[in-house]
Amino acid sequence: MGKVVVVTSGKGGVGKTTSTAALGAALALRKEKVVVVDFDVGLRNLDLILGAERRVVYDFINVIQGDAKLSQALIRDKRLETLFLLPASQTRDKESLTADGVERVIAALKKSFDWIICDSPAGIERGATLAMRHADVAIVVTNPEVSSVRDSDRIVGLLDAKTAKAERGERMEKHLLLTRYDPSRAERGDMLKVEDVLEILSIPLLGIIPESTDVLRASNLGTPVTIADSRSAPALAYLDAARRLAGETVPVTVPGEKRGLFGKLLGWRAA
Amino acid sequence: MKIFGFFGGKRASAPTARERLQILLAHERSSLGQSDLVAVLREEIIAVIAKHVQVDREKVNVKMDRDEKVSTLEIDVEIPLQSGARAA
Repeated sequence: MGKVVVVTSGKGGVGKTTSTAALGAALALRKEKVVVVDFDVGLRNLDLILGAERRVVYDFINVIQGDAKLSQALIRDKRLETLFLLPASQTRDKESLTADGVERVIAALKKSFDWIICDSPAGIERGATLAMRHADVAIVVTNPEVSSVRDSDRIVGLLDAKTAKAERGERMEKHLLLTRYDPSRAERGDMLKVEDVLEILSIPLLGIIPESTDVLRASNLGTPVTIADSRSAPALAYLDAARRLAGETVPVTVPGEKRGLFGKLLGWRAA
Repeated sequence: MKIFGFFGGKRASAPTARERLQILLAHERSSLGQSDLVAVLREEIIAVIAKHVQVDREKVNVKMDRDEKVSTLEIDVEIPLQSGARAA
């Protein structure tokens, strides 16, 4: 049975879709079978970040409503043969995403994939709560910035209350993915530091993705950053994060940063 | 403060961000999600009391306070004289 991961944040524009694509590709590079699912009905973008926007025929809603089979809606990545996309509908209204339908589709995906990565829409409404509903693991994407940290805190509360796992009385596994981090600004005292965000949110760290022009470049190209330039700083950070997600113990560092400065981060690992 | 000005820079802003967040989130964590619980408790408490004595809904106050280690639930019910309380 596959593992269901939700990539969520509350706030928009912090890097959920970028992270979903990058982590999905990183796991597929390990030959694991991955499907990335876009939950942002009406504002889909995961197809664009993956460079599959012209290959969308059927979508999530078509499958829920029985207009298409799941196998017809899944799009296989052209570069990685174990990476698939289930696109969101761009034209239907959000109400078409039903709790029942989502449950059925996720259950079917769990049977044939190792990883089901759900890209949540921003906000805390229906789309976001349905994206987290069946998750086994949550990745909370946060920027080192006050409004993002506040929204992440709210999302952590929802993950502990409104998910199927929480309702069964189980503990939801949550990880922090700190994106757009600029070590030099943090060092100068102009940006919240990793330890500040960790202390405030108190969830284990999955990775630190440095602010980088490589991320925009990858999205321009429609290629997940982990395969666009696998030696770039953000790619290395995502590749390490994916290894931690898969259960490996990898010390957390900021790629490209002078050694020593983040020495104290070495002790942190994803729980 | 002068040292910061000396280098032409501004005072570090991250500590302020950190402090504001800590205060705000401490407050939000204790109030959010709890309003539901308090409302539910209040309804059920009124229902239980109403089985035995007549109470004015407005005179039932339920308040929850959350501290770092313990939460306290404060229930204040005003029962009017001659409310028809039955002797057991």
